[in-house]
Amino acid sequence: MITPLNHEQMLDLRQCLERGLPVVPRPYDALAERIGAHHDQVLQQMQQWQEQGLFRRVGLVLNHRALGFVANAMLVLDVPDALVDEIGARLGRAPRINLCYQRPRRLPLWRYNLFCMVHGREREEVAAHIQAVLEQQQLSDLPHHLLFSTRAYKQCGGRFAPPPSQVWAHG
Amino acid sequence: MDLDLLSQQLIERYQHGMPLCAEPYREMAQVLGCREAEVMACLQRLELAGALSRIGPVFEHTRAGASTLAALAVPLERLEQVAHRVSQYPEVNHNYAREHHYNLWFVLTGPHRQHLEQILDELEKDTGLRPLDLPMLTAYRIDLGFSLGAHP
Repeated sequence: MITPLNHEQMLDLRQCLERGLPVVPRPYDALAERIGAHHDQVLQQMQQWQEQGLFRRVGLVLNHRALGFVANAMLVLDVPDALVDEIGARLGRAPRINLCYQRPRRLPLWRYNLFCMVHGREREEVAAHIQAVLEQQQLSDLPHHLLFSTRAYKQCGGRFAPPPSQVWAHG
Repeated sequence: MDLDLLSQQLIERYQHGMPLCAEPYREMAQVLGCREAEVMACLQRLELAGALSRIGPVFEHTRAGASTLAALAVPLERLEQVAHRVSQYPEVNHNYAREHHYNLWFVLTGPHRQHLEQILDELEKDTGLRPLDLPMLTAYRIDLGFSLGAHP
Protein backbone atom coordinates (compact mmCIF):
# COMPACT_ATOMS: atom_id res chain seq x y z
CA MET A 1 0.00 0.00 0.00
CA ILE A 2 1.54 3.28 -1.13
CA THR A 3 0.82 6.43 0.90
CA PRO A 4 -1.10 8.98 -1.19
CA LEU A 5 0.43 12.42 -1.74
CA ASN A 6 -0.78 15.16 0.57
CA HIS A 7 -2.69 18.12 -0.83
CA GLU A 8 0.30 20.41 -1.14
CA GLN A 9 2.36 17.74 -2.88
CA MET A 10 -0.48 17.21 -5.33
CA LEU A 11 -0.57 20.89 -6.22
CA ASP A 12 3.20 20.96 -6.58
CA LEU A 13 3.11 17.90 -8.79
CA ARG A 14 0.46 19.52 -11.02
CA GLN A 15 2.72 22.53 -11.44
CA CYS A 16 5.73 20.39 -12.29
CA LEU A 17 3.71 18.45 -14.85
CA GLU A 18 2.47 21.59 -16.55
CA ARG A 19 6.10 22.40 -17.23
CA GLY A 20 6.86 18.91 -18.50
CA LEU A 21 8.80 15.78 -17.60
CA PRO A 22 12.58 16.10 -17.60
CA VAL A 23 14.57 14.02 -20.08
CA VAL A 24 16.40 11.85 -17.55
CA PRO A 25 16.25 8.06 -17.21
CA ARG A 26 13.84 8.22 -14.24
CA PRO A 27 11.81 11.41 -14.72
CA TYR A 28 9.27 10.62 -12.00
CA ASP A 29 12.07 10.21 -9.46
CA ALA A 30 13.18 13.73 -10.34
CA LEU A 31 9.65 15.09 -9.84
CA ALA A 32 9.27 13.12 -6.60
CA GLU A 33 12.43 14.66 -5.27
CA ARG A 34 11.20 18.17 -6.10
CA ILE A 35 7.95 17.70 -4.20
CA GLY A 36 9.42 15.71 -1.31
CA ALA A 37 7.84 12.36 -2.13
CA HIS A 38 8.76 8.87 -3.33
CA HIS A 39 8.48 8.04 -7.03
CA ASP A 40 5.95 5.28 -6.28
CA GLN A 41 3.67 7.90 -4.78
CA VAL A 42 4.05 10.10 -7.85
CA LEU A 43 3.35 7.24 -10.26
CA GLN A 44 0.34 6.15 -8.25
CA GLN A 45 -1.01 9.69 -8.37
CA MET A 46 -0.41 9.87 -12.14
CA GLN A 47 -2.28 6.60 -12.58
CA GLN A 48 -5.19 7.93 -10.54
CA TRP A 49 -5.38 11.22 -12.41
CA GLN A 50 -5.27 9.32 -15.67
CA GLU A 51 -8.20 7.14 -14.55
CA GLN A 52 -10.14 10.16 -13.30
CA GLY A 53 -9.84 11.84 -16.69
CA LEU A 54 -7.73 14.78 -15.60
CA PHE A 55 -5.45 14.18 -18.60
CA ARG A 56 -6.50 14.44 -22.20
CA ARG A 57 -3.37 12.55 -23.13
CA VAL A 58 0.12 11.97 -21.79
CA GLY A 59 2.84 12.16 -24.39
CA LEU A 60 4.98 14.40 -26.56
CA VAL A 61 3.51 17.88 -26.95
CA LEU A 62 4.76 19.36 -30.20
CA ASN A 63 5.20 22.83 -31.53
CA HIS A 64 3.72 22.57 -35.01
CA ARG A 65 5.37 25.79 -36.20
CA ALA A 66 8.87 24.54 -35.48
CA LEU A 67 8.00 21.36 -37.39
CA GLY A 68 7.16 23.33 -40.50
CA PHE A 69 3.39 23.47 -40.01
CA VAL A 70 3.36 27.23 -40.30
CA ALA A 71 -0.03 27.62 -41.95
CA ASN A 72 -2.47 27.63 -39.08
CA ALA A 73 -6.08 28.41 -39.88
CA MET A 74 -8.99 28.93 -37.56
CA LEU A 75 -12.21 28.27 -39.43
CA VAL A 76 -15.23 29.90 -37.84
CA LEU A 77 -18.80 29.23 -38.92
CA ASP A 78 -22.17 30.71 -38.12
CA VAL A 79 -24.31 27.61 -37.72
CA PRO A 80 -28.01 27.65 -36.77
CA ASP A 81 -28.14 26.68 -33.08
CA ALA A 82 -30.44 23.74 -33.77
CA LEU A 83 -27.87 22.20 -36.13
CA VAL A 84 -24.63 22.93 -34.32
CA ASP A 85 -24.30 19.52 -32.63
CA GLU A 86 -24.89 17.64 -35.85
CA ILE A 87 -22.60 19.83 -37.96
CA GLY A 88 -19.96 20.01 -35.21
CA ALA A 89 -19.84 16.24 -34.96
CA ARG A 90 -19.54 15.91 -38.76
CA LEU A 91 -16.78 18.50 -39.08
CA GLY A 92 -14.99 17.01 -36.08
CA ARG A 93 -14.67 13.77 -38.05
CA ALA A 94 -13.46 15.42 -41.26
CA PRO A 95 -9.81 14.92 -42.25
CA ARG A 96 -7.22 17.20 -40.64
CA ILE A 97 -9.72 19.10 -38.49
CA ASN A 98 -7.63 19.08 -35.30
CA LEU A 99 -10.06 20.80 -33.00
CA CYS A 100 -13.77 21.47 -33.32
CA TYR A 101 -15.53 23.43 -30.59
CA GLN A 102 -18.82 25.20 -30.11
CA ARG A 103 -18.37 28.61 -28.51
CA PRO A 104 -20.89 31.36 -27.69
CA ARG A 105 -21.78 34.14 -30.13
CA ARG A 106 -21.27 37.70 -28.90
CA LEU A 107 -23.76 39.65 -30.95
CA PRO A 108 -23.47 42.10 -32.55
CA LEU A 109 -19.67 41.87 -32.35
CA TRP A 110 -19.17 38.21 -33.09
CA ARG A 111 -21.63 35.96 -34.91
CA TYR A 112 -19.67 32.70 -35.27
CA ASN A 113 -20.43 29.76 -32.97
CA LEU A 114 -18.40 26.85 -34.40
CA PHE A 115 -14.58 26.83 -34.42
CA CYS A 116 -12.19 24.43 -36.18
CA MET A 117 -8.40 24.39 -36.37
CA VAL A 118 -6.43 23.13 -39.35
CA HIS A 119 -2.64 23.05 -39.66
CA GLY A 120 -0.55 22.62 -42.77
CA ARG A 121 2.66 23.61 -44.43
CA GLU A 122 1.24 26.06 -46.95
CA ARG A 123 -1.51 28.56 -46.70
CA GLU A 124 -3.04 27.98 -50.15
CA GLU A 125 -3.10 24.26 -49.56
CA VAL A 126 -4.81 24.65 -46.17
CA ALA A 127 -7.40 27.05 -47.61
CA ALA A 128 -8.11 24.67 -50.49
CA HIS A 129 -8.42 21.72 -48.13
CA ILE A 130 -10.92 23.55 -45.94
CA GLN A 131 -12.91 24.62 -48.99
CA ALA A 132 -13.01 21.02 -50.17
CA VAL A 133 -14.18 19.79 -46.76
CA LEU A 134 -16.94 22.39 -46.63
CA GLU A 135 -18.10 21.52 -50.13
CA GLN A 136 -18.03 17.84 -49.45
CA GLN A 137 -20.10 18.37 -46.30
CA GLN A 138 -22.39 20.75 -48.20
CA LEU A 139 -21.65 23.52 -45.74
CA SER A 140 -20.07 26.13 -48.05
CA ASP A 141 -23.25 28.21 -47.98
CA LEU A 142 -23.02 28.81 -44.23
CA PRO A 143 -21.48 32.16 -43.30
CA HIS A 144 -17.88 31.33 -42.46
CA HIS A 145 -14.47 32.91 -42.27
CA LEU A 146 -10.86 31.71 -42.26
CA LEU A 147 -8.49 33.38 -39.82
CA PHE A 148 -4.88 32.52 -40.63
CA SER A 149 -2.32 33.21 -37.95
CA THR A 150 0.36 35.67 -38.97
CA ARG A 151 2.49 35.44 -35.86
CA ALA A 152 2.76 33.32 -32.71
CA TYR A 153 3.63 35.47 -29.74
CA LYS A 154 3.38 32.65 -27.24
CA GLN A 155 2.76 28.92 -27.28
CA CYS A 156 3.00 26.71 -24.22
CA GLY A 157 0.88 24.40 -22.07
CA GLY A 158 -2.01 25.49 -19.85
CA ARG A 159 -1.34 26.65 -16.31
CA PHE A 160 -4.33 25.42 -14.36
CA ALA A 161 -2.79 24.83 -10.97
CA PRO A 162 -3.22 27.60 -8.40
CA PRO A 163 -0.27 29.91 -7.66
CA PRO A 164 2.91 28.15 -6.53
CA SER A 165 3.43 27.04 -2.97
CA GLN A 166 6.69 27.58 -1.11
CA VAL A 167 8.19 24.28 -2.19
CA TRP A 168 8.14 25.00 -5.89
CA ALA A 169 8.19 28.73 -6.17
CA HIS A 170 10.71 29.07 -8.96
CA GLY A 171 9.40 26.48 -11.44
CA MET B 1 13.46 21.43 -39.42
CA ASP B 2 14.30 18.12 -41.09
CA LEU B 3 13.40 15.12 -39.03
CA ASP B 4 15.46 11.97 -38.82
CA LEU B 5 13.72 8.61 -38.74
CA LEU B 6 13.80 8.24 -34.95
CA SER B 7 12.29 11.71 -34.44
CA GLN B 8 9.50 10.83 -36.85
CA GLN B 9 8.83 7.54 -35.12
CA LEU B 10 8.78 9.13 -31.68
CA ILE B 11 6.42 11.86 -32.83
CA GLU B 12 4.02 9.54 -34.65
CA ARG B 13 3.97 7.00 -31.88
CA TYR B 14 4.11 8.97 -28.65
CA GLN B 15 2.04 12.11 -29.15
CA HIS B 16 -1.12 10.43 -27.98
CA GLY B 17 0.21 8.31 -25.18
CA MET B 18 3.46 7.22 -23.63
CA PRO B 19 4.17 4.60 -20.99
CA LEU B 20 3.34 5.68 -17.46
CA CYS B 21 6.17 3.98 -15.62
CA ALA B 22 9.40 4.76 -13.79
CA GLU B 23 11.56 4.53 -16.93
CA PRO B 24 9.37 5.65 -19.84
CA TYR B 25 12.22 6.45 -22.25
CA ARG B 26 13.67 3.00 -21.78
CA GLU B 27 10.34 1.42 -22.60
CA MET B 28 9.92 3.64 -25.66
CA ALA B 29 13.39 2.61 -26.83
CA GLN B 30 12.51 -1.05 -26.46
CA VAL B 31 9.39 -0.63 -28.57
CA LEU B 32 11.31 1.24 -31.28
CA GLY B 33 14.28 -1.12 -31.16
CA CYS B 34 16.96 1.35 -30.15
CA ARG B 35 18.81 2.42 -27.02
CA GLU B 36 17.38 4.57 -24.25
CA ALA B 37 20.24 7.04 -24.70
CA GLU B 38 19.26 7.52 -28.36
CA VAL B 39 15.65 8.26 -27.43
CA MET B 40 16.74 10.76 -24.80
CA ALA B 41 19.24 12.45 -27.11
CA CYS B 42 16.58 12.69 -29.81
CA LEU B 43 14.03 14.23 -27.42
CA GLN B 44 16.65 16.72 -26.25
CA ARG B 45 17.39 17.68 -29.86
CA LEU B 46 13.70 18.20 -30.57
CA GLU B 47 13.33 20.27 -27.41
CA LEU B 48 16.35 22.39 -28.30
CA ALA B 49 15.04 22.96 -31.82
CA GLY B 50 11.76 24.14 -30.33
CA ALA B 51 9.83 21.32 -32.00
CA LEU B 52 8.97 19.67 -28.69
CA SER B 53 7.16 22.00 -26.29
CA ARG B 54 7.21 19.55 -23.42
CA ILE B 55 6.69 15.92 -22.42
CA GLY B 56 3.83 14.81 -20.22
CA PRO B 57 0.13 15.35 -19.72
CA VAL B 58 -2.15 17.69 -21.60
CA PHE B 59 -4.75 18.57 -18.99
CA GLU B 60 -8.44 18.21 -19.65
CA HIS B 61 -9.40 21.80 -18.96
CA THR B 62 -12.99 21.06 -18.01
CA ARG B 63 -11.58 18.92 -15.18
CA ALA B 64 -8.36 20.78 -14.45
CA GLY B 65 -9.81 24.27 -14.10
CA ALA B 66 -11.23 26.92 -16.40
CA SER B 67 -10.19 28.13 -19.82
CA THR B 68 -11.40 30.45 -22.51
CA LEU B 69 -10.50 31.74 -25.94
CA ALA B 70 -10.27 35.52 -25.99
CA ALA B 71 -9.79 38.01 -28.80
CA LEU B 72 -8.94 41.68 -29.05
CA ALA B 73 -9.36 44.11 -31.93
CA VAL B 74 -6.10 46.03 -31.65
CA PRO B 75 -5.15 49.07 -33.78
CA LEU B 76 -2.25 47.84 -35.94
CA GLU B 77 0.27 50.32 -34.57
CA ARG B 78 -0.35 48.96 -31.06
CA LEU B 79 -0.44 45.27 -31.90
CA GLU B 80 3.10 44.41 -30.79
CA GLN B 81 2.79 46.26 -27.52
CA VAL B 82 -0.60 44.79 -26.62
CA ALA B 83 0.50 41.29 -27.69
CA HIS B 84 3.46 41.45 -25.33
CA ARG B 85 1.26 42.73 -22.53
CA VAL B 86 -1.06 39.74 -23.05
CA SER B 87 1.82 37.23 -23.23
CA GLN B 88 3.16 38.40 -19.87
CA TYR B 89 0.38 36.56 -18.07
CA PRO B 90 1.42 33.03 -17.12
CA GLU B 91 -2.28 32.18 -17.60
CA VAL B 92 -1.95 32.87 -21.34
CA ASN B 93 -0.68 29.79 -23.13
CA HIS B 94 -1.37 30.57 -26.78
CA ASN B 95 -1.25 34.06 -28.22
CA TYR B 96 -1.50 34.56 -31.96
CA ALA B 97 -1.95 37.42 -34.37
CA ARG B 98 -4.64 36.54 -36.92
CA GLU B 99 -5.98 38.20 -40.04
CA HIS B 100 -9.26 39.74 -38.95
CA HIS B 101 -10.69 42.85 -37.33
CA TYR B 102 -10.22 40.83 -34.13
CA ASN B 103 -6.52 40.39 -34.74
CA LEU B 104 -5.13 39.08 -31.44
CA TRP B 105 -6.33 35.67 -30.20
CA PHE B 106 -5.23 34.04 -26.98
CA VAL B 107 -6.15 31.16 -24.71
CA LEU B 108 -6.42 31.77 -20.98
CA THR B 109 -6.30 28.98 -18.42
CA GLY B 110 -6.64 29.19 -14.66
CA PRO B 111 -7.88 27.43 -11.54
CA HIS B 112 -11.42 28.80 -11.94
CA ARG B 113 -13.60 31.00 -14.11
CA GLN B 114 -13.48 34.04 -11.80
CA HIS B 115 -9.71 34.15 -12.11
CA LEU B 116 -10.03 34.43 -15.91
CA GLU B 117 -12.64 37.17 -15.67
CA GLN B 118 -10.30 39.19 -13.45
CA ILE B 119 -7.57 38.99 -16.07
CA LEU B 120 -9.93 39.99 -18.88
CA ASP B 121 -11.10 42.99 -16.83
CA GLU B 122 -7.53 43.94 -16.06
CA LEU B 123 -6.59 43.76 -19.73
CA GLU B 124 -9.54 45.93 -20.67
CA LYS B 125 -8.56 48.51 -18.09
CA ASP B 126 -4.92 48.48 -19.24
CA THR B 127 -5.51 48.59 -22.97
CA GLY B 128 -8.89 50.28 -23.29
CA LEU B 129 -9.92 47.36 -25.52
CA ARG B 130 -12.80 45.04 -24.66
CA PRO B 131 -11.88 41.35 -25.13
CA LEU B 132 -14.27 38.86 -26.66
CA ASP B 133 -14.66 36.02 -24.15
CA LEU B 134 -15.47 32.74 -25.92
CA PRO B 135 -15.33 29.78 -23.52
CA MET B 136 -15.84 26.34 -25.03
CA LEU B 137 -19.45 25.09 -24.83
CA THR B 138 -19.12 21.73 -26.56
CA ALA B 139 -16.09 19.84 -27.85
CA TYR B 140 -16.70 17.81 -31.00
CA ARG B 141 -13.03 17.07 -31.45
CA ILE B 142 -10.25 17.70 -28.97
CA ASP B 143 -7.33 15.73 -30.35
CA LEU B 144 -4.31 18.01 -30.29
CA GLY B 145 -1.91 15.63 -31.96
CA PHE B 146 -1.25 15.74 -35.66
CA SER B 147 0.20 13.48 -38.26
CA LEU B 148 3.49 14.21 -40.00
CA GLY B 149 2.81 12.00 -42.95
CA ALA B 150 -0.73 12.78 -44.04
CA HIS B 151 0.05 16.37 -45.03
CA PRO B 152 1.08 17.16 -48.57
